[in-house]
Amino acid sequence: MATATITTARGTGSVRLAHGEDWLTVCERGLLIPGRGVAVLLPDGDQAAVFMDRSGQVYAIGNRDPFTGAYVLSRGLLGSAGGRPFVASPLLKQRFDLATGACLDDEEVSVPVFAVRAD
Amino acid sequence: MPEPTFEPRTTAAASNATPHAQAHTAVPTIVVVGHGMVGQRFLESLAERGLTPAAGAARVVVLCEEPRPAYDRVRLTSYFAGRSPEDLSLVEPDFMARHGIELYVGDPATAVDRAGRTVTARSGAVFPYDTLVLATGSYPFVPPVPGKDARGCFVYRTIEDLLAIEEYAQGAATGAVVGGGLLGLEAAGALKGLGLATHVVEFAPRLMPVQVDEGGGAALLRTIQDMGLTVHTGVGTQEVTAGGDGAVTGMALSDGSSLAVDLVVFSAGVRPRDQLARECGLAVGERGGIVVDEECRTSDPAVFAIGECALTADGRVYGLVAPGYDMARTAAEVIAGGRSAFTGADLSTKLKLLGVDVASFGDAHGAAEGSLDVVYSDARAGVYKKLVIGPDGTLLGGVLVGDAEQYGTLRPLTGTVLPVAPEQLVLPAGSGGGPVALGPGALPDEAVICSCHNVTKGAICEHTTLPEVKKCTKAGTGCGSCLKVIGQLMPPPEDAGLCGCFPYSRSELYEIVRTLEVTSFVELLDSHGREEARGGDGCEVCKPTVGSVIASLAPTVGASGYVLDGEQAALQDTNDHFLANLQRNGSYSIVPRIPGGEITPEKLIVIGEVARDFGLYTKITGGQRIDLFGARVDQLPLIWTRLVDAGFESGHAYGKSLRTVKSCVGQTWCRYGVQDSVKMAIDLELRYRGLRSPHKLKSAVSGCARECAEARGKDFGIIATAQGWNLYVGGNGGATPRHADLLAQDLSDAELVRLIDRFLMFYIRTADRLERTSAWLERIAGGLDHVRDVVVHDSLGLCEELERLMADHVAGYRDEWAETINDPERLRRFVTFVNAPDAPDPSVRFVPERDQIKPDLELLAGPVLAVRTLEGTAS
Repeated sequence: MATATITTARGTGSVRLAHGEDWLTVCERGLLIPGRGVAVLLPDGDQAAVFMDRSGQVYAIGNRDPFTGAYVLSRGLLGSAGGRPFVASPLLKQRFDLATGACLDDEEVSVPVFAVRAD
Repeated sequence: MPEPTFEPRTTAAASNATPHAQAHTAVPTIVVVGHGMVGQRFLESLAERGLTPAAGAARVVVLCEEPRPAYDRVRLTSYFAGRSPEDLSLVEPDFMARHGIELYVGDPATAVDRAGRTVTARSGAVFPYDTLVLATGSYPFVPPVPGKDARGCFVYRTIEDLLAIEEYAQGAATGAVVGGGLLGLEAAGALKGLGLATHVVEFAPRLMPVQVDEGGGAALLRTIQDMGLTVHTGVGTQEVTAGGDGAVTGMALSDGSSLAVDLVVFSAGVRPRDQLARECGLAVGERGGIVVDEECRTSDPAVFAIGECALTADGRVYGLVAPGYDMARTAAEVIAGGRSAFTGADLSTKLKLLGVDVASFGDAHGAAEGSLDVVYSDARAGVYKKLVIGPDGTLLGGVLVGDAEQYGTLRPLTGTVLPVAPEQLVLPAGSGGGPVALGPGALPDEAVICSCHNVTKGAICEHTTLPEVKKCTKAGTGCGSCLKVIGQLMPPPEDAGLCGCFPYSRSELYEIVRTLEVTSFVELLDSHGREEARGGDGCEVCKPTVGSVIASLAPTVGASGYVLDGEQAALQDTNDHFLANLQRNGSYSIVPRIPGGEITPEKLIVIGEVARDFGLYTKITGGQRIDLFGARVDQLPLIWTRLVDAGFESGHAYGKSLRTVKSCVGQTWCRYGVQDSVKMAIDLELRYRGLRSPHKLKSAVSGCARECAEARGKDFGIIATAQGWNLYVGGNGGATPRHADLLAQDLSDAELVRLIDRFLMFYIRTADRLERTSAWLERIAGGLDHVRDVVVHDSLGLCEELERLMADHVAGYRDEWAETINDPERLRRFVTFVNAPDAPDPSVRFVPERDQIKPDLELLAGPVLAVRTLEGTAS
């Protein structure tokens, strides 16, 4: 049953990220592993982190961990609390809501959120 | 050579303290002579009553003969089992300073002037007192046999005695202990632990004549003989013979026989130290002991005596610590102006001698009129249990040898009518009639659970955790025999769940995965997760934990052994995901395995070349290997291709798994070495490499007792002996250092490996998430004894399975990096950017420092990015 969920999540379409007026094609949807992230290099040199959760929903936030300054959020572990997906920074483990970018452990802090499309 | 200049001797403590010639101030001065266990307890009792300098209520001066403050003399033998003198200390480091107590270490009292109310110390210092407390303890009795002062004769009382025995034993092969009582057997255990062939000579017809009866003595004798000690009962020591150099060569016994021995320890009882009291004219008993009344006051109302030096109002001299503690409390209460009386004490004891449980309580010898014995005896198994029952069915006392499990519940029931037939309590499990498990729930609230500190069940049950009980009531901090019962009285924690997703602890999840052969995280979450978490994604706590459990059990449950296969890839922390250690700037470090710290020049050159070619920062680690820092994700496979080609494999520095097995150079090169520690370290490191565990595992092997590999700071440490290997477990460095405890000694290579197999698998099975062996050993009920029972004596019948699990691991091990670089699919993840696989990460930059690189942190130090508006998420 669980395996089926993962299989449906692996489509063949592409993942696109809103960048200014355009949609930037990031990768094939099948490259994403449910529960993990990938880093994306944006044309302006900035970085985004793209995640797919267990149900196949795709999210994108900034890749920079505001607590350390390192561009590592894409390497964090995805989880969910109360039905809301989050990523935990791999450095000091602060959690960020994937839908809003808000840090769940420090309400003063947040990261940017990108609109994302996965066909 | 210049003549030494003579200066008055002052102790370090004295130089900082108030001048002793200080005039009497408004507060009274209490002088305590003796800083042993009872002396320290007296000081604590004063502090509890606010009778301290810090509280402005008294000046308190303590004169201590030994060179160190009070320590746990009851556990003296554990010094040989791996505890250091510091571990035995009973005094919190800031106790004296916090309460303003003046402690003079190594400066005993030499005279008391009762008329002038002063005490003179050996240093010459004179202390006036208003109240004097004598806590001088006792001295070992040495029978007046010829030769008793020969070189190689010792007593067994202080840490200094132990250190002297330890040193002398290095040149000895055979030792004898005169006295087969409690302390004598402790001493014999210590000699055996030092590698000596050991004799015990007891004048009485049985061992431990005071505590156990004939049947108990027989059970004890058999077990102790099975351990390789030679016991001579019913014979006295007539002479200690010495050679021309004055050193012990043997003993002549009263039955005409003789023993060739190199070392003799006298442990034939103790006598109260009442010399000081005699000299100042205080009343002493005919057979010694300072006469005190029920308030612990001597014949001079300004002078008190407590502990083993006192002859109490009931006409006895107590040689146990619990009555001494009672006296300390009584004296402190009386001095504080309260009312208290010491009228006698319970002589119950439970101890573990050479691994054998021995307990006696109440009227152990059936002295009461009309009492009847209920006895179970199995000399073959070395088990003997006797309950003494009064005519009305009251439990009067008992003796337990070989299995004292029930001591904790039976002792508090003494004086009550047993709720079940007594024979049901002594019969072994599996026999028709019993046993009936008489849990601590059966005890009345007023039952004393901790007899060292006189704490009742009711007082214990006011608390909900063991640490809290220890802190608030001191129960369990004395001899420790009641810890198990206290544990059973504590309510189970409300929710021991791992995280918000699972209501189970890590060890429970381990059992679920093992028995149901679960190989998938989502399957486990949906079937065993909390209701609200099912169908979700788990969290950063449970995912790696379950990933680790599945990896530990992979060969057994049929999961892939490669931690990044399939769904497992999503469970691993980033370190495991990239098989490298994430550093602060987003770069990774690489640690190739260097088993035992042994490396060829060719391999060293390869590491150097790789570091140079990729511009990596290199540093020697604490685990005898080399860490290469500053690699980008996309460089990891290139670097590892070079390392694997040169014969290196993953060092698992990134995993919660075995890190290194350090070694000293051992017998091969070192003139002191007694075993090949390097070979053993390599064998162990290769055996346990890749083993996923609740936390990292570190180990070391030392080739001799000098311990250059620091094995006792490791999760499992091995120290060579002339006979084989000693295995220590539960050591740790870091923020909470802990010396490892001796699990077993003089093991052969095969025995050692088998025991470590079992120990590690039992730890993996039962530890919490991120719980090192040191914390685990402190937490689990029964502690080290329980672990020893399980892995050495197979008390749970688990050993075969534990060994099989480890065999599965060893057979299933594959190098993760070799598997990775040979598989294009697995290599795909090692790119920084999914949309630009060839682009290096611009945020990972370095600047030079001391001819190497370091992270360019200025690059990372930018402001927190402003939040962009969420324009909508589609999928």
